[in-house]
Amino acid sequence: MSNTFSLDGAEVPFAPGQTVMQAALTAGHYIPHLCYHPEFKPHGSCKLCTVKINGRTAASCTMPAEAGLEIESDIDELNDLRRRLVQMLFAEGNHFCPSCEKSGNCVLQALGYDLEVHAAGFRHQFPDRPVDASHPDILLDLNRCVLCELCVHASSEVDGKNVFGFSGRGITKHLIVNSESGKLADTDIALTDKAMQVCPVGVILPKRVGFSQPIGQRRYDQRPISAQALDDAPRPSTGASHD
Amino acid sequence: MTDTINNLETAAHPENLRRVAIDPVSRVEGHGKVTLLLDENDRIHQVRLHIVEFRGFEKFVQGRPYWEAPVMVQRLCGICPVSHHLAASKAMDMIVGATLTPTAEKVRRLMHYGQIFQSHALHFFHLSSPDLLFGFDSDVAKRNIVGVAATYPEIAKQGVLLRKYGQEVIRVTAGKRIHGTGSIPGGVNKNVSIAERDYLLKDIAQMIEWSRDSVAMVRQLFEQNLDFYDSFGRFKAHTLNLVRADGALDLYHGGLRARDMDGNTLFDHYDYSHYWDAIFEDVKPWSYMKFPFLRSLGPETGWYRVGPLSRVTQCDFIPTPLANQARKAFMAFNGGSAAGATLGFHWARMIEMLHAAEMMQDLLHDPDLQGEDLVSTGQRQERGVGVIEAPRGTLIHHYKVDEHDQIVRCNLIVSTTHNNQSMNEAIRQVARQYLDGKKLTEGLLNHIEVAIRAFDPCLSCATHALGKMPLEVELLDVSGERVDVLSRSSDGVFCSPN
Repeated sequence: MSNTFSLDGAEVPFAPGQTVMQAALTAGHYIPHLCYHPEFKPHGSCKLCTVKINGRTAASCTMPAEAGLEIESDIDELNDLRRRLVQMLFAEGNHFCPSCEKSGNCVLQALGYDLEVHAAGFRHQFPDRPVDASHPDILLDLNRCVLCELCVHASSEVDGKNVFGFSGRGITKHLIVNSESGKLADTDIALTDKAMQVCPVGVILPKRVGFSQPIGQRRYDQRPISAQALDDAPRPSTGASHD
Repeated sequence: MTDTINNLETAAHPENLRRVAIDPVSRVEGHGKVTLLLDENDRIHQVRLHIVEFRGFEKFVQGRPYWEAPVMVQRLCGICPVSHHLAASKAMDMIVGATLTPTAEKVRRLMHYGQIFQSHALHFFHLSSPDLLFGFDSDVAKRNIVGVAATYPEIAKQGVLLRKYGQEVIRVTAGKRIHGTGSIPGGVNKNVSIAERDYLLKDIAQMIEWSRDSVAMVRQLFEQNLDFYDSFGRFKAHTLNLVRADGALDLYHGGLRARDMDGNTLFDHYDYSHYWDAIFEDVKPWSYMKFPFLRSLGPETGWYRVGPLSRVTQCDFIPTPLANQARKAFMAFNGGSAAGATLGFHWARMIEMLHAAEMMQDLLHDPDLQGEDLVSTGQRQERGVGVIEAPRGTLIHHYKVDEHDQIVRCNLIVSTTHNNQSMNEAIRQVARQYLDGKKLTEGLLNHIEVAIRAFDPCLSCATHALGKMPLEVELLDVSGERVDVLSRSSDGVFCSPN
């Protein structure tokens, strides 16, 4: 049997050890995702990349590719569920896109557009979350955190600093910083850290540069995330990502 | 006249009077409501304009990083967001200690003139021209921009295209027609490319021509019905506006000039960075809005008028030739009477639209627009004040920012607030002139709305809206019982259940 699986009727080749998500993106097939990042070990928490494999649901970012799998992704049933998940993420935090400097570069916003989220869907919870502006160069706005965990991995695995972590459980789970005071200013985070680059939403931001990128030149101004994600995916010919 | 106004402000025994409320619900821009107190002979004893202006921005901008403010606060308004965008940016220029580069200032000015241009076109053609062309008590079904398009198709077309041009200027400079991000603390985030410049230059001559026609049209309206236009809602007021260092009209930057109702200068070229030494805000129990006044005159008599009428009449000259010529004609018209008329607002507004078109033409030929030096910074400051002449008048943004870059205090005095007392005076005059002692009809009540529209298109949205805003007028007897109600449904149909 060849190393391929079926995704929405298309035969998708894969290399040994690849996940369904990795193989799909490499082959030019988009599966919506939020917490998946090609440079970090997937942990399947956002569930946006959920697909149906032989009739059962699974997170495609953690599911190892296997020959002969019958996978459905771009179907109304799953896209409806993904839309609801995105609506819940919007309702759970304080996401004011109109005045957010991440607008146009925000993965959550781009997913909202791409999945055609036209209404709130759920009552907003308006949680009381702090803004930590204590660091001279970095702003931490927890209103927008979607608990993707990417900053936690980037700080520990790449930066070797463990600046970020999670506290609490369930609905009270939240991002914390690793310092005695609980303030970002008292950590050893730096502007050049990987943790500064991975936040898909507008939580970890360099100060004083907001809105310096004109409308039209932002990441998702010209192309939807479903097209942009494929541009960014590793290609078999070079193995390099396209920026 | 002062006695009359005071009588209309303080009825001795309001509990014995019946109350008429013009209470439209806003669709876009806050709510405007007018209440009238009448005795059994329909004599009017009190007239008040209430504006439920949502000022929550001053609170919820607190704690936000300062660079977010120019984008956030422009959501105050869907008609003139650029004005808030730029006023906040000017305040943040002070916070970051910036002196703007020529490119940054000129791109911002172009954005601002585009805003003035589109807002004035919207206000005059879409919101006010139906009253002026058809008459204040004409058929309400016809009294809207669609009616204008049917009867005067060329005028309606020009109105739509004038506005569109201004919006395109905003799109090019700010990134979007509404709620863009072009202006940032210390400068702008983009210049104007050669292609964008040529795209805008293509139609500018036509815009100037149509703006001249618009000025001529208002003059013609005055000439056709001089006594009515001259006297409608007329009152004397002190004035406040920005002027350039040489006294010229400048809508983007300058010093504050205040003159009393007799034309005596109270202060001139006043540095607005400490505006609070010249202007104070009073609070009244019956209105959500504050009542600013000139400190030197006190709260009772210190209220003033801002906006096109104040700017055009109080500047020494307009620094573009066609608009300056139009200003001279306006000031000389009928011995200067139009310059003091409430409906003179429209004439002054069209002169400013012409000025904005000329300024845009000059700027589009300026190579600085293609410069690459977009942002500057300097010595960080704790406090920033930005003042600009918005389409409807002087707009003040004032912020205090802490050492962590978070806004800790914000005060906004918007044009509508400056004009609060003036609008009250105008509608009292109109009520006294046209409504007193008469059975109220929709046409008569519309006279009050016309006076409000002369000042402020935000309220025009609330009270006009193509003749389709839901509106209800109640007549209550002395015990508060409803004796009659006149309502207008969202499809513009009037009905009375009695």
